[in-house]
Amino acid sequence: MKNKSKNIFKGGLGQLTIPIIAICLLVIFNLIRDPSFFSIGITHNNDGNIVLAGNLISIINAASELAVLAMGMTLVTAASGGQDISVGAAAAIAGSAFVKVLKSGSGITGGTVLLAFLVACVVAMLFGAFNGTLVAVFKIQPMIATLILYTCGRSIAYWINGGATPTVSGSILTAIGSFIPGIPIPTPVIIVIVVAIIFRLVFHFTSLELFTQSVGINGSAARLNGINSTWIKLLSFIILGLCVAVAGVISVCRLGLINHETILLDVEMDAILAVAIGGNSLGGGKFKISGSIIGAYVIHMLTITLYAMKVSSTDVKAYKAIVIILLVVIGSPVIKSRFTKLMTRLKNKKPEASLKGAL
Amino acid sequence: MKTKKNFLKGPLTDTQLLMTITIGIFVLMYLLAIVFLQGGFLHVQQIFDMLNDNASLIIVSCGLTIVMITGGIDISVGAVTSLVVMACVLYLNGGGNVFMSILLALGIGLAFGLVHGFLVSYLDIQPFIVTLAGMFFARGMTTILSVNPQKAEHEGFTKLRETQIIIPWLGYTAKNGNVVPARIEIGVLVAIFCLIVVFLILTFHKLGRGFYAIGGNQTSALMLGINVKKTRFFAYIFSGLLSGISGFVLMMHTGAGNATNAAGMEMNAIASSIIGGTLLTGGVGNVIGTFFGTLTLTTIKKIVVSSGLNDPWWQSITTGGMLCFFILLQSVVLSRRNKNKKAA
Repeated sequence: MKNKSKNIFKGGLGQLTIPIIAICLLVIFNLIRDPSFFSIGITHNNDGNIVLAGNLISIINAASELAVLAMGMTLVTAASGGQDISVGAAAAIAGSAFVKVLKSGSGITGGTVLLAFLVACVVAMLFGAFNGTLVAVFKIQPMIATLILYTCGRSIAYWINGGATPTVSGSILTAIGSFIPGIPIPTPVIIVIVVAIIFRLVFHFTSLELFTQSVGINGSAARLNGINSTWIKLLSFIILGLCVAVAGVISVCRLGLINHETILLDVEMDAILAVAIGGNSLGGGKFKISGSIIGAYVIHMLTITLYAMKVSSTDVKAYKAIVIILLVVIGSPVIKSRFTKLMTRLKNKKPEASLKGAL
Repeated sequence: MKTKKNFLKGPLTDTQLLMTITIGIFVLMYLLAIVFLQGGFLHVQQIFDMLNDNASLIIVSCGLTIVMITGGIDISVGAVTSLVVMACVLYLNGGGNVFMSILLALGIGLAFGLVHGFLVSYLDIQPFIVTLAGMFFARGMTTILSVNPQKAEHEGFTKLRETQIIIPWLGYTAKNGNVVPARIEIGVLVAIFCLIVVFLILTFHKLGRGFYAIGGNQTSALMLGINVKKTRFFAYIFSGLLSGISGFVLMMHTGAGNATNAAGMEMNAIASSIIGGTLLTGGVGNVIGTFFGTLTLTTIKKIVVSSGLNDPWWQSITTGGMLCFFILLQSVVLSRRNKNKKAA
């Protein structure tokens, strides 16, 4: 009986309950406010391609960088029990490296773009390894360790750019940043799907997921069981580095320029939020990547909804904060246990009453 | 006998050791700056300028140190400071009086502290998320109040703002022969007052010892009969109140409200606390260390600027480098100590 009722209140979805409820509420709210909010149209863009257009598409498209970062952040959070607050700065560095390589070549061809992307990946992974070493080897709390890169990362990007904000353009970059000719779905969305599939495959074919969770739940117990917890932590930061490079490159291609000050500004806070909204404990341990992805879309849908309600871009933060607080209060352990107790009491009353009635 | 034995094992607690390292490095760096870049570093005014510019940062860092000692974090402090400046400037320009504006500043700070404390300690939500939301809210409210910079034009306030303590005998003679006296702003006195009060509470008051206890080990603190929830609640209230005070001090320094006021202050405050020897895991830290942490951070920036590295990126790259150095140093020192303890 007890077990059964517990299962019902977990909704059968476990930690995904809150993000899914949140996204449903936002959808319903938007449909009431403006029934045509989610209409999807087909238009021709400037290049003459047939593409999908509409609020929904732009939400999913704009949240791509955040979704990629949130996936990596989930892994770091789960393994180390802390968060990386340097992802925005590291993405600026990766983006700068990407642009630097593109600029140094003669022209922008498929080969140079691939080379630039690989360089960006290596650079971001190196910085990830730097953070990871501080956390895993020197046992420094992740927030403090990544504070170093947070402080100086954007300046390093500025230095790589040589004190300018260079622009890049080319048909391949446009294809990565917006649409591939002939495919109506925005390319960043496809990239997110590919990254998610890669994560899924990695978790399926390796024990990374299990190892990460056990390191996050109890590092020393994991070590006693033969898991190299130092390496797992370091690896999680390196994987986050890869995600950072992908996000940085998407952002550069989307805008066609690299501005060290504004590229993916405040994205670290949003990424951590996405992880938290996704029902993952920020203290490490069990995690679900899917929760974080939904969390990323919740954040962006909230932002776009507020924009659609004519809230100015600087004021959005205040309203966002109220919604976040409401979400975490609903999801807080104290409220949850009160609610469960209340429901159990109601549940227990009913059978008794019916029994009495029957007698 | 017992004290003697402890003395041999190690005369200092972790807190004191980290604090001593910070003070030592600050003095060393300042001496180096005097030797290699004579410039302004010899004048007493240089120290006073550092204090004048950073009074609000010192106050905010004190509050943050308390929260960090309990094992939490408050990243809303900079945003609350900025909101307080904007609200007070608008209130003063709308015809309010100075005394009421001080109350307004304290009220806003207290309100943020109460909400954060309640959500963190009684509803058990992660402090990072709660104060992140607080930060978003405060930044958003600041721009809702006014997107454009607002200058305070209140007469009484301008008088208060321009009041400076002048110490002629600490002044220096400028190149043109004029004697420039040393100047301290009122904000510095407020900052030092806050610093002393927080230090006394942390060292001697029951509540302050409670902060260390719950930061060190929550379960044992509970078993000692400390009301963990209430203590944590108070930590956030302190942090909120000090952010309010810091807002007023910043307003006295800048004299204008601006949406970008105190941008990045939370990270500077966290960096100051860390350099000052506070551990984010809790239980270790001291506001005196934080004070020197702030000064060290400022000295680094000043040295970078005056040593001719004029490119805009050097300042934060060196700050990052120094931060890295301090963090590694602390980590190594503490792990060595723990090994020694285990061996003993």
